[in-house]
Amino acid sequence: MRSALGRVRGLGSARKGTHHWWMLRVTSLALLPLTFWFVFSMIGLAGASYVETVLWISRPFNAVLLLALIAATFHHMANGLQVVAEDYVRPETAQMLAVLAIKAVSVLLALACAVAVVRIVAAA
Amino acid sequence: MTTQHDAREALMTGRRSDGTPVRRPLSPHLQVYDMMQMNSALSITHRITGAIWSAGTLLLVWWLVAAATGEESFARVQWFLGSFLGLLVLFGLTAVTWYHTLAGLRHLLWDWGFGFELPTMYATGRAVLIGTAVLTVLTWILALIFWG
Repeated sequence: MRSALGRVRGLGSARKGTHHWWMLRVTSLALLPLTFWFVFSMIGLAGASYVETVLWISRPFNAVLLLALIAATFHHMANGLQVVAEDYVRPETAQMLAVLAIKAVSVLLALACAVAVVRIVAAA
Repeated sequence: MTTQHDAREALMTGRRSDGTPVRRPLSPHLQVYDMMQMNSALSITHRITGAIWSAGTLLLVWWLVAAATGEESFARVQWFLGSFLGLLVLFGLTAVTWYHTLAGLRHLLWDWGFGFELPTMYATGRAVLIGTAVLTVLTWILALIFWG
């Protein structure tokens, strides 16, 4: 015998429970400081030359935060767009294809960004 | 009854007390929400700004990939971002970013269990709008100072 709360805490019968909802909150929390850092870094880079920009990206502190920003942004984006597709796209087949496309595009864009950062760091 | 093409439509069908079938609307249904009320307008704006920001990530991809490719590719991004259209897009994205960030913070406070009283809800809603305007203008004043 388990209470309803106990079952929910055990992540329910599908073993997923509120994971999707929770991860949207976790990534949003991570994005709060990262977004402020990114916007104010971009202000500092306004009008910067190619060499200055590449040098800025290649600094370990900036590269690590950029990679964290990329991971959180595209995870949050895939999660959020999936909810929008689930609410508005009908019928089910179209919705499923939309969600798959959202995930594929998000992962590919994230990897493109990450590879770019790693390449800049390696070249520096 | 009409044929159902979507399994979830089963959730939408019910019966009235006299036994006749009825097709109930599912949320979000725009007939019920009044977009002149602040909270429903802010709610859909949160979604719209999230979608716009998603499209805006393409600029981040372009910027990073160009920086990794070389000076020539990077010059093209810089040219676009410095053009009238580029600056307009960046300004719009700044506003969208601050709106989604502040409205998202409001949602996190609700998730935490705070701010559900109606007067608080209107106050935080106004704070999101004013905060978006202030942060957007502040961001661009600072950007223009650094740029100049």
